[in-house]
Amino acid sequence: MRKLKEFVIEKFVLICGIASIFFVVLIFLFLLKEGLAVFKIAGPFKFLFGRSWYPISEPPQLGILPLILGSLLVTFGAAVISIPIGVGCAVYIAEVAPVKTKEILKAGIELLAAIPSVVLGFIGMVTLVPMVKNIFGIPTGLTALSGSIMLAFMAMPTIVSIAEDALYSVPKNYKEGAFALGATKWQMIWRVMLPAASSGILAAVMLGIGRVIGETMAVMMITGNAAVIPHSILVPVRTLTATIAAEMGEAVVGSEHYFALFAIGIVLFIISFAINVTADLFLHKRQR
Amino acid sequence: MRNPYRTQNIAFFFLLLATLLIVIPVGLIVVIIIQKGCGAISWQFLTDIPRQGMRAGGIFPAIVGTVYLVTGAILFALPIGLSAAIYLSEYSKDNALTRIIKLAIVNLAGVPSVVYGLFGLALFVVFFKFGASILSGSLTLGIMILPIIITTSREALESVPYSFREVSLSLGASRWQTIRHIVLPSAIPGILTGTILGLGRAAGETAPILFTVAAFYLPQLPKSIFDQAMALPYHLYVISTQVPNVDEKIRYGTALVLLALVLFMNLVAIIIRYKFRKRKKW
Repeated sequence: MRKLKEFVIEKFVLICGIASIFFVVLIFLFLLKEGLAVFKIAGPFKFLFGRSWYPISEPPQLGILPLILGSLLVTFGAAVISIPIGVGCAVYIAEVAPVKTKEILKAGIELLAAIPSVVLGFIGMVTLVPMVKNIFGIPTGLTALSGSIMLAFMAMPTIVSIAEDALYSVPKNYKEGAFALGATKWQMIWRVMLPAASSGILAAVMLGIGRVIGETMAVMMITGNAAVIPHSILVPVRTLTATIAAEMGEAVVGSEHYFALFAIGIVLFIISFAINVTADLFLHKRQR
Repeated sequence: MRNPYRTQNIAFFFLLLATLLIVIPVGLIVVIIIQKGCGAISWQFLTDIPRQGMRAGGIFPAIVGTVYLVTGAILFALPIGLSAAIYLSEYSKDNALTRIIKLAIVNLAGVPSVVYGLFGLALFVVFFKFGASILSGSLTLGIMILPIIITTSREALESVPYSFREVSLSLGASRWQTIRHIVLPSAIPGILTGTILGLGRAAGETAPILFTVAAFYLPQLPKSIFDQAMALPYHLYVISTQVPNVDEKIRYGTALVLLALVLFMNLVAIIIRYKFRKRKKW
């Protein structure tokens, strides 16, 4: 009896353990099931590189190049802002800050990570958007730049906490060795800690960027949602995620538009999968 | 000759600057929302239904909807997530399956929230025909917070010293008895922390509930799990972008309630973790 109970429990937790794999596969399968139909209409090449997105015109034009470029532009901007600031902050917390300050700063970063994206979007709308509009003297502040700034804030908690972990896990004797050779603290950080933690920091940056690409609400609220190919960072753009969120409510289940939005979901899923697997490889490289 | 200490001072100044560039805006965001939102908060705002096309009245249905959704999500995710954590920490061997499970968890955590929304729409709303309902929304949110619960619970279980298990097993307890009576009780604070963080995440997410449950405007409360519901984050989105001429006070008030809810949960999690760390004797 007792053996049977042990056996049942062991199998039950095994099944729950496998559930994660099951869900990842299930998500991908359902995206494929609903999304692949669009390629009968548009063809993969035309879908990915088509220059116009007019999903409800007749016939619908389903080219997501403007959306891909919109996502890339906003993500690139966010990366330029968040990587130096995030890594700098991680180094400050891990190596420079006194113990007490360190705890407070970490709590502050956690706080930022906890703020819901719709709240950040709202705050961006009422503060950042008018600011961008006034500074650059442009007709609307709903631009790729506003999106980049706001998204940078959403990437920073990820970058800071993972990069800090990476710095923290550098063996102590590296540090002691550097000090013993007469290095200053900064020389130690710059020449020893950063190179030793580089793969972890790279993973941190990648995961931060992954978060930015997948972000939806804030970006939808402050980038202006114009599905045209952007020529500057000061124009409204529309990202892949925002397109799904904004249009799925109106798309009829089973229509071409519906299929196309799911196909965008496939693109996003593949991007996030690639980023996460690569980042995971970097993190494991560090452990060995 | 370059003075290494001057270089160091300049470098440290920039590191501090980077840190302030994060911390000060965060502080400002919180302060602005509290300052401007406080004026809107009243008993009536919290307990009344939205009136005049959401330009007046309160946000009670949205609060209730969010509570339902979060409860549903945790009821789904906690049993599965905790069991998965028990498997990974207590039963799994270092083999290919374990590696794949871990990779799957990492990926599940990285899937964009709007893709969860698509998935919930395709599976629960359309395929299972649950319609846009609290059930669909809860299950979608549940799957989304699964990785958070698994990761934090696993860390909590793994931080219980190995000797505890050895002693219990050597006294003749079975594997499950050891887990049930020795490992789990010691890991409860960590598991609780993870659960609360998951709750906070589920309460704040908008994209996964957009197409699976969220109602634009619903003056009455949901009666069953097959009903649509309003939710706080979606309500904030609606009144700040979809409905023109909403009094700014109401927007800030809604943002404050949502922020307070999420930050309160995170605060509780941080306090539990802090107290536990102090008490821990091993």
